This record gives sequence, structure tokens and C-alpha cells, in this order.
Amino acid sequence: MAQKAIREYDGKALFSKQWENYFSGFHYGFKSVLVTSGAELLAKAEEHGFEWLKQEALVAKPDMLFGKRGKNDLVLFKTNKPGDVTLADAAKWIDEKISHTTTLLTGQHGTLSHFIIEPFTPHSQEQEYYISATCVGEDDVLYMSAEGGMEVEEGWDEKVNEVVIPIDMSDADMEHAVRANIPADIPAQDKAKFESFAIAFFKFYRDMNFAYLEINPIVMLDNNEMAILDLVARLDDTAGFLMKDTWGEIEYPTAFGMEDQSPEEKAIAEADSKSGASLKLTILSPMGRVWTMVAGGGASVVYADTIADFAEANGGSIADLANYGEYSGGPTTSETKFYADTIIDLMTRHKDPKGEDKIMIIGGAIANFTDVAKTFTGIIQSFEENAEKMKEHNTKIYVRRGGPNYEKGLKDIKEAADRLGLSIEVYGPETHVTDIVRMALEK
Amino acid sequence: MEKLYTKDTQAIFWNNNKTAIQRMLDYDYTIQRKTPSVAAIVAPTSGNKFEKFFYGPDEVMIPLYKSTAAAKKEHANADVLLNFASFRTAYDVTMEAVELGGFSSIMVTAEGIPERLARKMNNTARNAGVTVIGPATVGAIAPGAFKIANIGGTIENIVNSKLHRAGSCGLVTRSGGLFNELSNIIAINADGIAEGVAIGGDRFVGSVFIDNMLRMEKNPEVKYMVLLGEVGGTEEYKIIEAIKNGQIKKPVIAWCIGTIAKHFSTGVQFGHAGASANAEAETAAAKNSAMAEAGIYVPSSFNDLPATINKVYTDMLAAGTISEIPEPSMSLVPKVRRSKEFICTISDDRGEECTYAGFPISSVATPDTGKGIGDVISLLWFKKQYPKWATDFIETVIKTVADHGPAVSGAHNAKVTARAGKSVVESLVTGLLTIGPRFGGAIDGAAKYFKHADDNNLDPKAFLKYMKGEGVPIPGIGHRIKSLKNPDLRVTGLMNYAAEHFPATPLLDYARTVEALTTSKKENLILNVDGTIGILMVDMWRALGYSENEINEFIESGTLNAFFIVGRSIGFIGHVLDEKRLAMPMYRHPMDDILYDVPEAEKL
Repeated sequence: MAQKAIREYDGKALFSKQWENYFSGFHYGFKSVLVTSGAELLAKAEEHGFEWLKQEALVAKPDMLFGKRGKNDLVLFKTNKPGDVTLADAAKWIDEKISHTTTLLTGQHGTLSHFIIEPFTPHSQEQEYYISATCVGEDDVLYMSAEGGMEVEEGWDEKVNEVVIPIDMSDADMEHAVRANIPADIPAQDKAKFESFAIAFFKFYRDMNFAYLEINPIVMLDNNEMAILDLVARLDDTAGFLMKDTWGEIEYPTAFGMEDQSPEEKAIAEADSKSGASLKLTILSPMGRVWTMVAGGGASVVYADTIADFAEANGGSIADLANYGEYSGGPTTSETKFYADTIIDLMTRHKDPKGEDKIMIIGGAIANFTDVAKTFTGIIQSFEENAEKMKEHNTKIYVRRGGPNYEKGLKDIKEAADRLGLSIEVYGPETHVTDIVRMALEK
Repeated sequence: MEKLYTKDTQAIFWNNNKTAIQRMLDYDYTIQRKTPSVAAIVAPTSGNKFEKFFYGPDEVMIPLYKSTAAAKKEHANADVLLNFASFRTAYDVTMEAVELGGFSSIMVTAEGIPERLARKMNNTARNAGVTVIGPATVGAIAPGAFKIANIGGTIENIVNSKLHRAGSCGLVTRSGGLFNELSNIIAINADGIAEGVAIGGDRFVGSVFIDNMLRMEKNPEVKYMVLLGEVGGTEEYKIIEAIKNGQIKKPVIAWCIGTIAKHFSTGVQFGHAGASANAEAETAAAKNSAMAEAGIYVPSSFNDLPATINKVYTDMLAAGTISEIPEPSMSLVPKVRRSKEFICTISDDRGEECTYAGFPISSVATPDTGKGIGDVISLLWFKKQYPKWATDFIETVIKTVADHGPAVSGAHNAKVTARAGKSVVESLVTGLLTIGPRFGGAIDGAAKYFKHADDNNLDPKAFLKYMKGEGVPIPGIGHRIKSLKNPDLRVTGLMNYAAEHFPATPLLDYARTVEALTTSKKENLILNVDGTIGILMVDMWRALGYSENEINEFIESGTLNAFFIVGRSIGFIGHVLDEKRLAMPMYRHPMDDILYDVPEAEKL
């Protein structure tokens, strides 16, 4: 996926690093720290440059890609009254939060682990503004509102001005369009300031290859001091090779509430990163009875679609579909064997609760250039090592594939399965790509 | 443009991707194209000038170029660019090609081009009227006419999926893997496709479903269309819109894959980068039902798609909207082929009579043909028919350099060897081996340095300074005894010939200004015969339309020396025969002509 969310802290750090290049004339203090425990926060406060942690009132909140932290009561800004949070309070609060699981209003749940701590910034509602940019359709769109904070999303159409900026628009035209669309309710004395900040914001968003960038609210204080109170950002990670030095080491965390990847998924992801081929695995339902090993991205989708359709139509459910993934782009024999080993290992860990057979779908469309016989060699090697386990779980194998050398591939895998006493049916391009799902699941 | 490609379409292939190009040529041979679909290859880092490929049982050479501009210059008719550059350079390659102009479509295969660059690239191409296929695609095919790279897979699969000749269906998909599958389904359940495009899996692709389907609507070979969409994006709604407002009238069969996504609220990315539903309307289910409502044929599931295609096709066949397609003849690509070790591009002895660059020997040999040795040289050395003024000049040069007396080192060596009792050929090569930078080499050197000075607009003064910096006397300048007042008549002859017959002599004109400066310093620093020949050869090639690069290659490869070698061989042979005739004895150099100065070797 090209667009990847980054932490609020990393987004702010990028602002800070580039501040003088884009926002000279304004000032931004970048007083933020990212910690994973109270102890780490206390230790940070002893470091040079972070004295403010002990001197100022603080705000602490989780920095884990999800929004609406205020509504979820996950922003610590007061103990008794706003602006009285001390370092010790913040450390204690963090330690409390990491000690149990948290459920958000959306139903996502998990354990909080990353927190951003900043100084409390006293300001009035009038000083809060909203600004964001993203790509809609083919164009960039800049959104601006005189009203920042949580309420902007309610009454979005009335409160927010949009500026559509086509990819080939000149800077002069862009600046003109931004100026012409500054929200009318921005006070006269702040208007010029907001204009130049908005223009710089858009250039920063564009040049840094953000896919999405939102500050809500941005607070304009006296003396051109800007406070970025809340920030959400996604980067276009395909631009990584251009932005390596500018972005620095940036982390793409997993969304909160997404169960951490299993060791098997991690192992496949690691193999994928080292290979020229594409190896992907997501475990959807570890107890599921239908396991897939599908070649190709598009084919993996239609197999998943079809398995869901037939499972539901035949008294099963989506929970029957155990995994989603693909192996493609000409993987080596050993890569294919590793992938097959992993799937078979996962498939043979649990007996099916209803005592039904396990189904292994080895599917794929007609390959453009992958040598089918070669990739099947890896699967056959895996069968040879795992045949007994597969038989214990009454595994029924269904194969469908086409492409270079497919006749040999199909013949080899059929012979191997027969020799090993495995139940197998094999089909080539004359059979519809997903029809083996029907054969496997239709009752 | 009603058809994306025709049987005459030729492409420039960016990146020397040999397997993919071979697959294209196998396809071309199978469908009996007149010309290979790949006209040229751009390989910026290759030092080679061509790459060999099989064309059926034979081999053909496809020229390599260092840049798209160079390839396009030589192959102006190739209006398709197959951009197989990596995601790091694909953007630059496309932008350069759009800037160059002359491309009607550009296919971009790289996956993961930065989104902002992809948008800029797609926008620039669109504004220039260039159809971009991709990025992140296996490409497109017009069966029976033109196929991009690996699309369709192996030649066996192509024939099985009826991709070797135009059928009735226009096919558009996002996925490249499923494109083959759909072609197969359409071949089994209908009569194959007339044109197919896999638009690519990235979020921002150049041409989208609607662009391709509006073109197919105009293509008379396309009778109905199949669209395979995906979860995410709103492109399918543009098709619905086009059907509603009458822009698309042909029957459309469609299915969006990714219905699975509804079962998983967040997190799992099903399919391509472009495949992620941001709103209800972008889900596969919503799009499938919206398309069905608009009158598009939408099956109940992907598994039922073949049946739907079969029904639409059968109905159209029964209604007479589609007629049976006769199967065309095909050439079979041999299973076993052997690459040739040697290549010959100048002459051919396989026919009735040996030819020189296509001309039977008898057509250039006898006087009545009007052809001379200059013509033979132009055919065998340059594979071109030079005009008479140029072949006459070549002959003049050969005659002029044929001999320069017995005292020059090459002739002396040949004579000494002959007197040692060696054969004509042994004596000749001894003389020839003397030719090099100091003997005969001034022709090469003069051409090289004077051309360099002229190319860089050095005035005579600057040129002299430059040569001083190089630490060499100017080749082609200076004679032992001749001067402006006592001119070398060979030089006068060459110059007069050129003045009368050459269309122009810019380099000679320049050299004369240099000569004016050098002779003002010393009388005998005239343009000598070597210099005049080298310089006039450059003028000849310029007048014949060769590019500066080609002329530089002639100089580098020693072509100028070759004229001297041919000419002087005549003289050397004369001297050798002279020795034989005179039956001269073994030569021993007189000792009194040698300075002996041999101190005893020092002990170390």
C-alpha cells in the first residue's frame, strides 16, 4: 500500500526540521517527546534540552494513529483544572494506561504503548484554526477553517473552505486560489498571517510527499508563535527513495487494535522484503478450514471472494476462510517451499471443531511468465515433509493453474500427492479459475 | 484513435528486456506481421549497437540506442513507447518521451512510482494527447496486430486463448494476472477479444476504464465489452454515466472483485494499491449493484462470469450482431532454435550469385555497369550506394596514395622482406604492418583533430593553442619541401576536385584558415596530402547526410586508415614484384651506417 500513516510525533519532527525552509517568519518550538512508559518520560526529563518537562504544565496523549482521542478521554491535560499536569502526573497516567487494554468508541481495542507529551498551551478558542490537505480524485485539495478543534467535522460544509489544486497548477495560481478562499470568519488582523501560513502549509505537504496532512487545531499565538496541537499524517511511501534524507528514519506503525502480526506473518513479510518475488500472508481465522495458497494479487482476491460466497451458501461462514495472501512474481523453489511449509503448518495446528476436512486451495490464474512447474517443485517438497500431518487433518487439496510449463507442473504435483497418499484434484486453464472452490465447498 | 494498435504499429522498447522482447517477436512471427513490433531498444548503459532475436527460425537484429531521443530520431514511425524502466526512472522516461513528441501511447510497467510523480506524468501525457497504459501493468494487446511484452503469457497460451487473432470483445481489467484469465474465459465462452487493456494496479494510472472503453466503443471490431473492476475508487461509475448519456451503446459485462472486503472492517489490504474502499460507494458490492441497475450484465458472482459472457455472446451471435470469425493462418515458432555465432550484413553468397549489399557482383563488375572500385567500396564498407561524385573521390584518394617511392618506411620494409626470399603476401603485410600513427596515420589524425576543432568552434589561434596543449604537432600540416609557393600538386588536384564536385566543403574551408595561420609562421606548414584527404573525407560524409556521431565512429574505427591501406597495398605490391623481377639478393645494412655505442653492462 502506498499511503502509510505516521506518528504525530514524527509528523511534528518533520515540520520542525523543515520549519525555516517553509515557515520562516513564524516560530515553532517543537517541544514534544515520544515515550513508551512513565519511566522513560522521567528519564527524558533529565536530558539536556528537555528541562521544560519539569518546568511546564504538560499534556499527554497516545500517539498510535487513531484520532478522536479527546472524545475517548485519552488526553491528559488536567488533574484538577486545565494546565496543572506535572511530569509525575503524566508518568503515572502513562503507566496506568499501559497496564490494561483500552477499547475505543469505534470498538477497536488493544494496549496503548506510545505516548506523546507536550507543554500545555493556554489559548482561546478564537486562536484555533483548522487546516489540512490531501488528494481527492486527481487533484490536491486544501481545507481551511476558522474553527479548529473537535467540532470542525460537525457542520463541515459550512465551516470549511476547500481549494482544489490540480497537479499542474503553477505556484502563482495556487497562491491566488488560496488567498481567494480564506475563510471569511478569520479575524482581519490574522488574515494575512493565515494566508501565508496556508500557502506554506500546502507547499510543505506537497514537497514532503504527504498523502494526507491535517493540523487540528493549529493555534496562532502572539509574536507569530504557532502551536501544532494535534496532527494526523500519512506519507506516500513510494516516494521513499526520493525522500530518504529528508524523511530520515521514519516508522510506519501498525494501526491500533490490529492484532500484532503473528510470527508466521512476520516471517513471510521478512522473506518478501528479501525477495524479488512477492510473498504475502494475512491470517484471517486461525481455526478456519479453508487455507489458500494462491499465485497472483488479482487471483488471490477472487479466490477469497469465491470462498466467502460458497462458504456462506453452503452452511459455513466467512470464518471458514483461514488466510489471505499470495505468492507471485517468480518465487524461487525454496521460497515457495517456505511459503507452503508455513501454510501447512498453520493449517495442521488445530483439528476442525466440527470434524470437517481441511481444504487446501492451490490456485492461480494463467501466469504471464512464472514457470509453474518450478514453483510447484517447492510445494511438492513441502508435501513430502508434511504429508503425514496433512493426512491427519483429512486435507483435501484442489489445484488450478495455467501458464508457462503448467502441464508438467500439474502432472508433477498430482504424481507426488498420489505417491504420498494425499487427496488431490488438479485442473488447468480449461477449468474456470475459481471453480475448484465450488468443487471443494458445494455440498 | 479508434484502435489502440494496428498490424503496422511499432514500438520503441525502453530497457533491453530480452525475454519480453523475444515474446513479442514470437507473437509477430506467429501472426505473420510484416515487420517486427519492436523497432528499437533503448539501453542507456549498453555498449552494444544491436541485440539479436529470433524471428521464427531466423534471427533479426534490433538496434540499441542510448536514449529515447536517439531511437526516436532513427525510428520516427515507432509511435509506441514501452517504458520498462524501474520505478525510480519510469517517470523521467515517460516525461522525456512526451516532450519529444511523436508517441501516441506509452505503456509504463513499473509498480510504485511516487504518487505525485505518477499524477504529474499522467496529466502531462493526457494534455499532450498521449494514451498512458499503466503504471503497474502488463500492458495491452490488439490480437492479430500487436502485443506488449509478456501480456498473454506463452505463445501456447496465446493460441489457446485465441489472442492470435481479433475476436469480438473489448476487455479492460485492472489486474494483469487476471487479464490472461479473462482472455481465456472469453476464448472458451465466446470468440476471443478484439482489444484488451490491463490498466494497472497503482492508485494513479494514466488511462482508466472509461478512456479505454470509449475508444473501444468506436472500434468496429469490438462488439461488446467486458470490464473487470476492483474494490476501491469510483472509475466504474464513469462507465455507468457513459451508458446513461449514450456514449457507450455496446453491451457491457462487468464484475468488481473484492466482495470479500465487506467481511473485514479495517486493516486487510485486498489486492492492489488502488484497491481500498474509502466509502460505501467504493465497495465491490455497491459497484456491482449500481452497474446491474444501469443495465450492465453483472453476474451473481465471479464464478458465474463465464456463463454471463457465454449468454451475451450466444445471444449476439443468434441476433447476427456477431458473426463467426474465420481462423487465420499462423506460422509456427520452432521449438528448438540455435543462435548464430557470426553475423554478416554486407554480402550474401547463399543465392544464385553472390551479392554485395544486395547487388549481384555481375551488376557492378564490368565496365558497362558504369561502376568502379569506389562503388564496390561504398557497398561493402558502408552498405550504401554513394553518388558518383563520392565514388570518384574515393577512387581519386586511392590513386593518390597508391605509392610514395621506395624510401618511405613501409615500402622499405616490404622491399627488405622480399629480398629475404619471402612471398608477395609476406612482404606485403610487412609493409602494411608499418602503417600506424607515424606512417599513414596523419589522415586519421587530421580528420580527428580538425573535426574536433570545427565541432567546438575553435578559431585557428585557439586550435593551435589546443594542439600545443595536447603536445602533438597538428596532423596533416607540414611538408618536407613543399610550400604555398611550391604547392603539392596532389593536394591541388584533390582540392580542385572537391571545389567542383562536392556540395560543400566546410571542414576544408576551416582547415584553409588554419593553414593561413601556420604558413604565416613557417612557409612549409601547408595542408599536406594526408590532411587534405582526411578533411575532405569528413566533408564527403557530411554531404552524404551522415550524423556527426556516425562520422566520429568512422574515424574511431579506422576507416580513413583503410583507404590508405587499400591504396598503398598497390604500391607495396609493386615494390615487392620489382624486387622479385630484379632478383635482388638478401639485404644487409652497411655497418658504417650504424653508430655503435655499447658500454659494458653494469653489475647490479
